Amino acid sequence: MKQIKIDPITRLEGHGKIDIFLNDDGEVENTYFQIPELRGFEQFCVGRPVEELPRITTRICGVCPEAHHMASAKACDAVFHVDPPPTAKKLRQLLYNVFFAGDHTTHFYALGGPDFIVGPSAPASERNILGVVKKVGLEVGGKVIEMRKRTQAVLKVLGGKQTHQVTSLPGGVSKGITQEEAKEIEQHCLWFVEFGKFTIQAFNDIVLKNQEYVDLILSDAFAHKTYYMGLVDANNRVNFYDGMVRVVDPEGKEFVKYSPNEYLDNISEHVESWTYLKFPFLKKVGWKGLVDGKDSGVYRATPLSRLNASDGMPTPFAQAEYEKMYSTLGGKPVHATLATHWARVIELLSAAEMALDLVRDPEITGTNIRTIPTEIPTEGVGIVEAPRGTLTHHYTTDAKGMVTKVNLIVGTTNNYAPISMSINKAARGLIKKGVEVTEGTLNMIEMAFRAYDPCFGCATHTLPGQMPLIVRIHDTNGEILDEIKRN
Amino acid sequence: MAKPKLALYWAASCGGCEIAVLDIHEKILDVAAAFDIVFWPCAMDFKYQDVRAMEDKSIDLCLFNGSIRNSEAAEIAHMLRAKSKVVVAFGSCALEGGIPGLANLTTKEDILRVVYKDTPSTVTQNGGVYPQTHSKMKEGSIEIPELWETVKSLDQVIDVEYYVPGCPPQPEQIWAVIEHVISGRPLPPKGSILGATDKTCCDECPRDRKEKKIKQFYRPFEIQTDPNECLLDQGMVCMGPATRSGCGALCTKANMPCRGCYGPPPHIVDQGAKMVSALASVIDSTEPEEIERILDQIADPMGTFYRFSLAHSILRRVEKV
Amino acid sequence: MAFEPRIIGFLCNWCSYTGADLAGVSRIKSAPNVRILRTMCSGRVDPAFILKAFQLGADGVIVMGCHLGDCHYQEGNYKTIRRLPFLKRLVKDFGIDPRRLRLEWVSASEGDKFAKIVNEMTEEIRQLGPLKLTVHREIERAIAQP
Ligand code: SF4
Ligand code: SF4
Ligand code: SF4
Ligand code: FES
Repeated sequence: MKQIKIDPITRLEGHGKIDIFLNDDGEVENTYFQIPELRGFEQFCVGRPVEELPRITTRICGVCPEAHHMASAKACDAVFHVDPPPTAKKLRQLLYNVFFAGDHTTHFYALGGPDFIVGPSAPASERNILGVVKKVGLEVGGKVIEMRKRTQAVLKVLGGKQTHQVTSLPGGVSKGITQEEAKEIEQHCLWFVEFGKFTIQAFNDIVLKNQEYVDLILSDAFAHKTYYMGLVDANNRVNFYDGMVRVVDPEGKEFVKYSPNEYLDNISEHVESWTYLKFPFLKKVGWKGLVDGKDSGVYRATPLSRLNASDGMPTPFAQAEYEKMYSTLGGKPVHATLATHWARVIELLSAAEMALDLVRDPEITGTNIRTIPTEIPTEGVGIVEAPRGTLTHHYTTDAKGMVTKVNLIVGTTNNYAPISMSINKAARGLIKKGVEVTEGTLNMIEMAFRAYDPCFGCATHTLPGQMPLIVRIHDTNGEILDEIKRN
Repeated sequence: MAKPKLALYWAASCGGCEIAVLDIHEKILDVAAAFDIVFWPCAMDFKYQDVRAMEDKSIDLCLFNGSIRNSEAAEIAHMLRAKSKVVVAFGSCALEGGIPGLANLTTKEDILRVVYKDTPSTVTQNGGVYPQTHSKMKEGSIEIPELWETVKSLDQVIDVEYYVPGCPPQPEQIWAVIEHVISGRPLPPKGSILGATDKTCCDECPRDRKEKKIKQFYRPFEIQTDPNECLLDQGMVCMGPATRSGCGALCTKANMPCRGCYGPPPHIVDQGAKMVSALASVIDSTEPEEIERILDQIADPMGTFYRFSLAHSILRRVEKV
Repeated sequence: MAFEPRIIGFLCNWCSYTGADLAGVSRIKSAPNVRILRTMCSGRVDPAFILKAFQLGADGVIVMGCHLGDCHYQEGNYKTIRRLPFLKRLVKDFGIDPRRLRLEWVSASEGDKFAKIVNEMTEEIRQLGPLKLTVHREIERAIAQP
């Protein structure tokens, strides 16, 4: 049996690693996507004062610290049984939507987008942000940098620090904004909305007008029929910060809708001895292994999943795009993994529109930003949508609010099973007897998991380059028969 | 003249240090222009093999972030050490273990038990499945690195020339360091802290300080603080006095106490010990019983005083008891 | 080989050190296990010194200063009275038995008290056994393979 190793594919709490095993006929027997690192926040957060967790758990991920900061703050609110005043909630939501718009931008232009904008068959050396700039025009590069710069500026005002925010605490936020600050943020938000529209347009022009790309999106090699998860508001519209978790089945019918404190009735995690990451699955369906379909508890939690699990977007421009996407791709739900990129730009626009609405809300400059907790702290769950999936923080404390238990189900982790399946499917589709394994083969396998924007393919990919990929084909004695490098 | 060669690497890192490098925005183009970036796994396509093939000391500057948690990271640290003229421990994790270093409050065994067994969403099969370094699958064998019991800072594993503190280092400070290197001005003596200043966080903090006399400590969620007065004066444990200046007192400006991410101030080895002296001198009591009562109000001294620096503190980790 | 506790004593110059001296000249029998370091005042004993002593292999640390009110620098030992209990907590949190750290007031005339404390503490540490920390093992390892 031959073994192909892709090591490292780069980070997700460390560096991922793919092993592909071929059988004697040269076909894919199995694939393993391993996560080689563990940091243990669940354990070392125990004993800490619970109000410190929004400042500690940010360090789970420097790419999306905002998501951990918010999920953690919401879990703290729940632990203390407090409801932050409306201004505080709006400030948190404003921060969160600005972050979402920025994060999706980086992913779309620098990481996932190049596959489409430059083209999936373009040489690796061009499938990067520089290639994007070359194709779409020089001002795009400048715009992407400006988008980052503006979002980071807003995050610093609202969160205290641009990375690893500090302002959310049980019962509210530590700092409000002045009229002048609100005016300034409004200007940024107007710019974000324009940028969102521009991005949608670019996606239309480059991807949708190219039948080859649309076919690729819809091709069976990149589809999985799974359950879909996403946070929704009272009207079942997408919400990143608050609401109930809604899960739809592979036919798009509501399977369950649960509030944060019911997550344990709905989500379980499966452990495998060959990887440090656990596999979450729908408890009521059960773990059937890495397979799709209605009988398998595997679900996805991605931008596309959120759209699949909702009845629409909360803002007008994004709603129009939402309708367009489903009519183009043949109705809900969409199973095509690569359509996640489309969903992502729709969310980008929606986040920008939301942010603009929030900053224009007269309450945003209110001064009542804290509810001081008075009840004895106990236990609480906080859920937000991270860009990479539903994020759950669950804390239990003693009567003094010192943490006794922590459970975390992190964005990308939700998608561990589907990512593994997508890699497997792509590998099976591409590696065939007699067909040489080339760099192009690797590109396609990479594309399969890149659509999920797993954290290892994080927003840091803004410089020219690619994730390092090496495939080694071993024979049964471990001798290297062949080696392909990505150059 | 050939451009100087730059390498960036992350070990047990959250990625925030890398983001911070990108947060110098357009100036990143100056970096790309001034340096030949030879290794940056998160952003560019160069492989370990390529670095391994390089001559010793052929990399001029290596910015290394993240703490060291397993043999794989240590191996790469050693390799980069051999290939680099100057290695910089970049960010709190590399410098002093950082937040991942809080794992030194507990044990590997407890971490594995909690993550793979005790957490309520985890399904345990036959008494619990734990990740194994070598797994024999029916198709063949696959490996993952073994976790270390104790998290280490970079300089506990390899020799380091300079240190840049912060979680993450602030972009202006990063730019100042890079700009210094680009300018060709002579580098400071080995062991220097770069990208920070030589006072304490309090010196950068705009809040008014009085003579401190504290009878009661509060936790951040318990009270609404005055935005202009020193937080410590108001009874909130603030790491300002035991923290190096350099960030511009970002947290206290946002009405939250400092948690010490810039590491200990000049000439201080142990941030926790420093904080013990700082607080001991402001507690307003000479009665042993009252002192004990006041000390009781300080929630979690270990996790607060050593939030970022436990792995690099004098005692490095908590003993199994 | 029987375990002989290694105890580091930080003694203030003005009272406790003189007290220890008195114990010596008066030939009061006291255990030889305390290595004395003279400091100008108990208030000068930086908490880092104490942690460092443990790091470098002390099985116990004792700080001795003038009785409250007698400090030559007025406030010095009032700082100590807050610092040491605080440090005891910290040491305990590090997983070190807090009985390994002790604070006592010994005046220049209390040679007998000095001896009694030293004997008591030596015995106590003997019971507790040697202090073996991870940091000791790591330093040993680092020395073994530079
Ligand atoms: S120092 Fe902070 S920002 Fe940098 S890797 Fe560590 S946790 Fe992340
Ligand atoms: S203790 Fe904190 S709030 Fe007070 S001056 Fe120092 S940094 Fe500022
Ligand atoms: S105030 Fe303290 S914790 Fe906050 S960024 Fe500065 S050094 Fe770090
Ligand atoms: S001089 Fe003896 S305690 Fe201060």
